[in-house]
Amino acid sequence: MLPIKTETLFFELALTLYFIATIIGVIGLFKGKKDTFKSILVLAIIGFILHTANIAVRYIEGGHIPITNLHEGASFFSWCIVVLFLLLEYRYKIRLLGSFIMPIVLVLMLSSSMFPRGISPSLNPVLKSYWFGIHTILAFLGDAAFAMAAGIGVMYLIQERYVKSKRLSGLFQKLPSLQSLDEINYRLISLGFPLLTLAIITGVIWANTAWGTYWRWDPKEVWSLITWLIYALVLHLRLTVGWRGKKAAGLSIIGFILVIFTFFGVNLLLKGLHAFV
Amino acid sequence: MNIIVIGLNHDTAPIDIREKAAFNGPKLEEAIDILKNSPGIKENIILSTCNRVEIYANVTDIASGSERVKKFIADFHRIPEEVLNKSLYVHSGKNAMTHVFRVASSLDSMVVGEPQILGQLKDAFDIALKMKSSGVMLNKLMKKAISVAKRVRTETKIGESAVSISFAAVELAKKIFEDLSTKAFILIGAGEMAELAAKHLINNGVKDVLVTNRTFERAENLAREFNGKAVEFDNFLQALVHTDIVICSTGAPNYILVKDHVHKIMKQRKNKPMFLIDISVPRNIDPEINDIDNVYLYDIDNLHGVVNTNIEERNKEAEKGEKIVDEEVETFLKWQASLNAVPAIVALRDKAEAIRKEELENTLRKLGNLGEKDVKAIEALTNSIVNKLIHFPTAALKSASEDTEVMVDIVSRIFDLNTGTKNKSEDPGDRGNDEKQ
Repeated sequence: MLPIKTETLFFELALTLYFIATIIGVIGLFKGKKDTFKSILVLAIIGFILHTANIAVRYIEGGHIPITNLHEGASFFSWCIVVLFLLLEYRYKIRLLGSFIMPIVLVLMLSSSMFPRGISPSLNPVLKSYWFGIHTILAFLGDAAFAMAAGIGVMYLIQERYVKSKRLSGLFQKLPSLQSLDEINYRLISLGFPLLTLAIITGVIWANTAWGTYWRWDPKEVWSLITWLIYALVLHLRLTVGWRGKKAAGLSIIGFILVIFTFFGVNLLLKGLHAFV
Repeated sequence: MNIIVIGLNHDTAPIDIREKAAFNGPKLEEAIDILKNSPGIKENIILSTCNRVEIYANVTDIASGSERVKKFIADFHRIPEEVLNKSLYVHSGKNAMTHVFRVASSLDSMVVGEPQILGQLKDAFDIALKMKSSGVMLNKLMKKAISVAKRVRTETKIGESAVSISFAAVELAKKIFEDLSTKAFILIGAGEMAELAAKHLINNGVKDVLVTNRTFERAENLAREFNGKAVEFDNFLQALVHTDIVICSTGAPNYILVKDHVHKIMKQRKNKPMFLIDISVPRNIDPEINDIDNVYLYDIDNLHGVVNTNIEERNKEAEKGEKIVDEEVETFLKWQASLNAVPAIVALRDKAEAIRKEELENTLRKLGNLGEKDVKAIEALTNSIVNKLIHFPTAALKSASEDTEVMVDIVSRIFDLNTGTKNKSEDPGDRGNDEKQ
């Protein structure tokens, strides 16, 4: 037996790399030297590879998708965010994005590291269904898109502050244009919303096959629904009356706070059927 | 080998003197030619822009050379010497190099960091090259100045942010909108600054241009100039629904755009962002509309504020630039010092070679008929002895960076070289001219 398990090693290494990336990202906000974004990207990529290895090892050892407790859930959540972050960087090359996204990843990873890490050998029979994988992966991908949207929303609000207040120093030069931030925020919500919708639908179907009822007003179900409504509202208001810019950015941040509460708060504070997640 | 800079700029000379002292068009070549044929002036380059007139020269003697150049400027432009001298600055040696590097890097410009000066300096250098008025010293100085300027530009943020009203407007537009080519723009009224800003916007991609004016004819004329469309003044509010960038510059004594208007317009636009620039004094757009979401209003004072912070930023960056210039002056001085040693090294080598040849011939004659192989062996022997012997003084001359003159003097005396301290300064310049021809 190794003194430290391989998957734990992978996890700790990924966490460390995300940590360094966060530090560099935050310093990059204040120090106006050369672009730090390349080093953040490299760290995130290496961290991501190790993180993937961690999840793969857990999958092989446990024989099921490793999203069965809060440790695994938070870890998978941040993994999804890193996937989207890398894709977004590849597609748009947004300066300073890492400075706003890596802290979210880090906080999720740190909280993940604080929950018990055991790989449950005997899975709750309810989870032995292919709906389990589809439902959870869809949910976390949607949540990751909302996390990105919130990060972009924060960037928007900061940049908007600069332009409105007419004090154009500090981050003004480095942050992207308001329009691009607003559009990317919108695209991310348009991506997250159908994912969340599908997650809820698959959840409902799965609930019916597992418990014989579609909807039981379990706290997680309720809070997911509230989150869904918020994002539905964001999209609806944008398309009808043009709620864009500051309001959209603000709502996307509120939406993400709800996502986080639905994920952690419901599990830790309110007991329900989803307690095993 | 003495570099001098004689000139005047926006700080030292009022505009009328700068105008008189300028070397424009054919005058420039004429002046270069006169200087080229002046005794004691071995090389010259003339930089003449609207903010500065400077002559860079390599002279045999600093004092007499400076006097000659000063007198030349006065005579050439028929400016009384006592008037001109009040505006002129004279730098020599290290100060001259620092000055040239600072000018090239735009640290000495009226607007610090403005990029044109480097191009102007390159042009001046090109003309000098073409007219063969510059030689090894000034060529090296110019090349170095250009590379220093590039270093300053890349290593500091000296040229990063806009320092004119019209550029500041474009910079802001780019931070509000991602792609200006998909945005529509309207110019309300006219005026120099507004039209300049409009031109900058068009240069930065804005294609959809509208112009409106109380005098429709005026609007039509401007629209033609900008390749846009003229709009009746009474209809401009309706046009705002489809325009993203507004520049307003009318002589109206009151607000022509108020909160109510913009509320309605924004509703029709579905809150698509709008950037309004009010250049008019008194203002034409109610400042309160800046409070409306997705509406960004800048008046002339706001833009001045932006420009001022940017200038402060540039001045901070300029300090970093000064450090780079100081560093580069040091390396240039080192190069120049090593150049001082070149004639001595050449003379030493020539002398050694002459001695070797003479002795070799003598010996070979005395020895009589030797085989080809033996002759070659003896030759090789003499060569290697000479080379090994002169290696030490040569290396010493090359490495001496601060006390080159002393070293040159010592070596010249020991080996009785005829490149004494007296001629030393002549040689590199002449060699430079040879190289060039």
